[in-house]
Amino acid sequence: MSENTNVVSRYTTAARINHWITAASLILLALSGMALFHPSLFFLTNLFGGGQMTRAVHPWIGVVLAISFLGLFFRFFSLNLWTRDDTVWMKNLGKVINNDEEGLPELGKYNAGQKLVFWGQSILILLLFGSGLILWDVYFEAYTSIDQKRLAAVVHALCAIGAILIWIVHVYAAIWVKGTLRAMTRGSVTRGWSWKHHRKWFRQEVGKP
Amino acid sequence: MATLQSLDIRRRSASTDTPPQVRQSPVEVAKLIDVSKCIGCKACQAACLEWNDLKQPIGYTDGTYNNPTDLTPTSWTVMRFTEYEHGDDLEWLIRKDGCMHCDDPGCLKACPAPGAIVQYTNGIVDFVSENCIGCGYCVKGCPFNIPRISQVDRKAYKCTLCSDRVSVGQAPACAKACPTQAIYFGSKEDMIGHAEHRITDLKSRGFKNAGLYNPPGVGGTHVMYVLHHADKPSLYAGLPDDPKISPLIGFWKGIIKPISLAAIAFAGVFGFLHYITKGPNEVSDSDQRKADELAEGKPK
Repeated sequence: MSENTNVVSRYTTAARINHWITAASLILLALSGMALFHPSLFFLTNLFGGGQMTRAVHPWIGVVLAISFLGLFFRFFSLNLWTRDDTVWMKNLGKVINNDEEGLPELGKYNAGQKLVFWGQSILILLLFGSGLILWDVYFEAYTSIDQKRLAAVVHALCAIGAILIWIVHVYAAIWVKGTLRAMTRGSVTRGWSWKHHRKWFRQEVGKP
Repeated sequence: MATLQSLDIRRRSASTDTPPQVRQSPVEVAKLIDVSKCIGCKACQAACLEWNDLKQPIGYTDGTYNNPTDLTPTSWTVMRFTEYEHGDDLEWLIRKDGCMHCDDPGCLKACPAPGAIVQYTNGIVDFVSENCIGCGYCVKGCPFNIPRISQVDRKAYKCTLCSDRVSVGQAPACAKACPTQAIYFGSKEDMIGHAEHRITDLKSRGFKNAGLYNPPGVGGTHVMYVLHHADKPSLYAGLPDDPKISPLIGFWKGIIKPISLAAIAFAGVFGFLHYITKGPNEVSDSDQRKADELAEGKPK
């Protein structure tokens, strides 16, 4: 870890590896899934070695994502429990979007937006995993009726779009809020960043509540 | 390769291009299966295996005449036997099951692989195996539960209506083989005309509900049945009374697609516009200073 004392440690190496496995599998799933979702995007199957390969490999990447995300879930869920401050923060979302965070409550490790990303992806990935098993004909064709598979296909498509939209919000927030990305690339953030965005957490980290 | 020319394609799965229009609209074909004339000999099944060079592995008997017990990747047609008891009467209903070649094919609508399913201008719906990716979406799209995915090559198979024979002016193998001429083949118009003749005959013999099965819910079919009990198609081993493409499939393959892509594009554009109008959220010097003051006041 960095010896620089002017930074605050935010993610362990294990947490970062866990995150990036999840990130990589989610991107691969989105690309292979979109290829089979919309004919205009079928060309994306070429990235995976053709249509048959895309069809075969997509569910296995899903298994990697499910296991990897489960790791993230247990790592972070207690930090993502909703508090009264989160409700206040959400009511001031307009100010946040305008880069005006004055007067908002001091936040712990995560703000309400991050918590919504966490819970949104948790629910959607659970639904995607369940519906994905129903659609995984190679192994599970015999266990469900055609009508159940039809419903699973719709649920899978809708949840995937939801997860992609949340992913866009997640990535954009990291681009928009400067100094965020290094939390996941280097494991640490600057003191200023911590003060500005997660002051309650910062106070705990430096032992000055 | 598809067995008919690309000029003869009316619809192609997962494709938005306009199909070729230059040819005069050709004759639509149909197979008419007169259930009342079928003796259940399975010559059609044998002819199908023979012509298409298929071999159904030896299976098991379930105590009925159904053999094999269901459609398989190598058995594209199967006779389904039903014992229909009403009052003191017993009727042995025998239906040759297989692809109905819907005018509005649910399999083609559901297929995500461009050109894996085509509908020819003569109405035949054909699977082009080289493009098939084995996803099983056709199974979900089909209102008749017809396509079967091979466990060997993960490709979908079903009756081709002998599109290779039809393209050179021959009738399908099953029609050729039927010893009682329960299977007719010709233009759809002629087949409807012939069915009317048969229905009149059946009605004169006491089957007052005799009729033609050409379900409008899927735009009509290019395989039609003459049924003695056309008021109750489900008597015939669960032939759907009013088949339609599931609304779930319509939703999945219809409105969700453009709305989803629009939502994703909107999210991307919104982010970009936000960045260029509001700018990045940056830590100010004063934030940095206050943070340092707090941290450095900490006793070591």
